Amino acid sequence: MSRGRFGIYGGQYVPETLMPCLVELEAAYDDANGDTAFRVQLQHLLETYSGRPTPLYLARRLSTYYGKDSKIYLKREDLNHTGAHKINNCLGQALLACRMGKTRIIAETGAGQHGVATATVAALFDMTCTVYMGEVDMLRQKPNVTRMKLLGAEVIPVASGSRTLKDATNEAIRDWVTSVTSSHYIIGSTVGPHPYPTIVRDFQSIIGRETRQQILDLEQRLPHWLVACVGGGSNALGMFSAFVDDVSVQAFGVEAGGSSAGHAAALCKGSPGVLHGSLSYLLQDTDGQVQLAHSISAGLDYPGVGPEHSYLKDTGRVTYASVTDEEALEAFRELSRLEGIIPALESSHALAFVKQRLSTGSKHDQIIIVNLSGRGDKDIDSVRSEVGG
Amino acid sequence: MKLHQVTHALKERGRKALVAFFTAGYPDEKTFLDLVWSAHASGCDVIEIGIPFSDPIADGPLIQTSSKRALDNGMSLRHSLELAADIAKEITTPIVLMSYYNPILRMGDGHFAELASAAGVAGVIVPDLPLEESDMVRSALKSRDIVYVDLIAPTSNDDRIEAIADEADGFLYLVSVTGVTGVRSPISGEISSFVARVRAATDLPLYVGFGISDIRTAKAAVAHSDGVIIGSALIRLIESAASNSVGVRSVHAFLAEVKAAIESRAGRLAGRSNSRRDRFA
Repeated sequence: MSRGRFGIYGGQYVPETLMPCLVELEAAYDDANGDTAFRVQLQHLLETYSGRPTPLYLARRLSTYYGKDSKIYLKREDLNHTGAHKINNCLGQALLACRMGKTRIIAETGAGQHGVATATVAALFDMTCTVYMGEVDMLRQKPNVTRMKLLGAEVIPVASGSRTLKDATNEAIRDWVTSVTSSHYIIGSTVGPHPYPTIVRDFQSIIGRETRQQILDLEQRLPHWLVACVGGGSNALGMFSAFVDDVSVQAFGVEAGGSSAGHAAALCKGSPGVLHGSLSYLLQDTDGQVQLAHSISAGLDYPGVGPEHSYLKDTGRVTYASVTDEEALEAFRELSRLEGIIPALESSHALAFVKQRLSTGSKHDQIIIVNLSGRGDKDIDSVRSEVGG
Repeated sequence: MKLHQVTHALKERGRKALVAFFTAGYPDEKTFLDLVWSAHASGCDVIEIGIPFSDPIADGPLIQTSSKRALDNGMSLRHSLELAADIAKEITTPIVLMSYYNPILRMGDGHFAELASAAGVAGVIVPDLPLEESDMVRSALKSRDIVYVDLIAPTSNDDRIEAIADEADGFLYLVSVTGVTGVRSPISGEISSFVARVRAATDLPLYVGFGISDIRTAKAAVAHSDGVIIGSALIRLIESAASNSVGVRSVHAFLAEVKAAIESRAGRLAGRSNSRRDRFA
């Protein structure tokens, strides 16, 4: 009976009120997928509005600094319109919402990148937009709150529970349960009930498709490693999905290891559970209560993870690891100084992992692709308060 | 007592059922038990015990508050089952548990059914397990003679209603509004057409919940259905009371009044929805 599974993970653990809408969404998505006009329209927007394809850039100074004669390529998703990969998914889902006749968009946001991308497409398609954001995140990602408001979105502060992404998602779901006939919920990551994890992955898979072609053009071979940060996991799946069958390519998902205050490493340290509509690895206590995550990066500060990642962990196709707040901050500063690229704190986790693995491992001459999922302008307040000055 | 025996007997006698919802351990363990006793004393037909959960996505602010307070008091699924067992020893009123799925999954579907059965639980509601996901829990409970109570929403189409009704037992929980739990005024005309749609698919007792906040909405709901489920309105009474004991007395008086109102013939009290009755609203 149950649909939308990745192995045992995924599913549709939602109130009955939402089930008819999920059925409708799945049908609309299947229909759109089979419609050439839809795909052409989306591709056109990705190119002319968001600036795709994004470059695959060889970071020579960073490569030299991290050592072992490696070549580190950065997939520049930070160069998308709105500054992160999130727009790929939002453009696709906004077109779907139009096809379903919805006039209002709901979203949750952590770092604010998904909120900004959602507010952007809502403006573009003339739809009203409500974004839920935890109070803690509104403080640490202030520039994005201003951007969302400028774009015409209503930003609703969430004061319950963690006051971060988890509870922003709870509130977005509660809004959706209430407004489901008129509103489309643009989930920002490969999480939530089926068909969301599949839809979001598919809309993000353009990252991996472009990358695969670009590296073949540049190196005439596939990379040794793919590295991406994992919160919910959409930028990682967008990158990995094009390489799943290339067994020679090692894929690494990097979670937020946080600090002594806690972490957000659901795959590395959690156990299977149900949150926000799907079964996946989850930070929880012995009673099944969801535990609070902690990360300096608002976009990774989430106790769950997309169900497909749980499947890829169990099958061993992707290796998951974590790096600490401190290591991520160090990588943040290094990329800024060495390459003149200020990365998002989320993406900095992927960079820190590369540094760590190169320094501790024995492998030389590796071709490494890091998905630079977003830019770090939004993080300057957080970084200033951590490092001073 | 078996849930379906109670609900069907009420329906056959043409009596309207009153289900009172309390969150286990809210506002504290002793007051929670006092609330259950008072609900029993005021004539409630079924006691629904909510298991607190960290992320109650189907609930509005009042039940969220109660859930958080209960968790802060250290409540868990395991201890809720112990309290349910204590209650079931004292009263014959059927006990229905309401829990989000993750605590059940964490305990294990089979182990949960075993403990619920040992505690004397008659039914279980899982608000985030729609028909498509309910097989495992439903069959684990069924093998222990516990009813899995299904929910139907205003957004459910006729095919879904039929499929759900085919599996259902005990009673069907009709979600009166497209939304989360809370205190509001569902529109009576919409409830009646919703209930009529479900009625066309099944003879099961139909109980209306979500947003039943006062005598007026309770009466309107039973004009078309077989019973009402009241939760948030009770929590609001406790939240606004000067003390827990005052809260228990208010809840008792309110439930007794609702029970009297829904059992009286429809219309008899229609013109008397006055301020005295509405003071609990």
